[in-house]
Amino acid sequence: MKIGVVVNEGPYTHQASDTAYQFTKAALEKGHEIFRVFFYHDGVNNATRMTVPPQDERNVQKNWSELSAKYNLDLVVCIAAAQRRGILDESEAKRHGKGEGSANLAPGFRISGLGQLIESGIQADRLVVFGD
Amino acid sequence: MSDTKRFLYVNRKAPHGTIYALESLEVVLIGAAFEQDVSLAFLDDGVFQLIKKQATTGIGVKNFAPVYRALGDYDVKKIFVERESLEERGLSEDDLMEIVHEDDEEEEHNSIEIVDRARMAEIMAAQDVILSF
Repeated sequence: MKIGVVVNEGPYTHQASDTAYQFTKAALEKGHEIFRVFFYHDGVNNATRMTVPPQDERNVQKNWSELSAKYNLDLVVCIAAAQRRGILDESEAKRHGKGEGSANLAPGFRISGLGQLIESGIQADRLVVFGD
Repeated sequence: MSDTKRFLYVNRKAPHGTIYALESLEVVLIGAAFEQDVSLAFLDDGVFQLIKKQATTGIGVKNFAPVYRALGDYDVKKIFVERESLEERGLSEDDLMEIVHEDDEEEEHNSIEIVDRARMAEIMAAQDVILSF
């Protein structure tokens, strides 16, 4: 089955991102196709490379980046939601004059528009939303 | 067109206090470009999003309520509001803003339909994609 995933909450405060990660991982291991994982609302905070959780805790951002690397998973962060919350890639950081090295988008994620969420709903057999 | 799906945007939160209502509206506006079969549902505290005469200067937040009235221009013509959610909050249809859309003959029609909880469940069951905010 072709599945679209949406993550609407940030890491650690809510379980949504963890559950979405476990779901996505299980679906991929079962041989399903994950069309895309779309991060919206505070969900964009899953995409910052600047998190440093205690070593005996899971690393939510790193989990996603590693899953993306292993399965070539498309992790898309909403640009409008990301800009509100200070998640920037190289080109956005430069465009807004935030200075050298200020980009904080983690590996495996890309920033794009809300159209990618709608497309996910259209293309996938199921769109599964993880939120509050 | 085989690519047309039934999209339902479910709005469950008050307009202010959290960003869900505003960012839901942003999805609806962007989504309009994809020419899908779109419906909006307002239930729980989400019914407060459609209250008329909203004013936000006191809280220093942008008032996006007028955008709902423009939804007809985005081809959003089906807006379902749950009756029980209104009643549980001491509200009625009279407290809601008027939202209309034009048909092909440029005649105006009311976009808002008040439905009971059982009907709302049927509406949800008939969708292809549900985005809940």
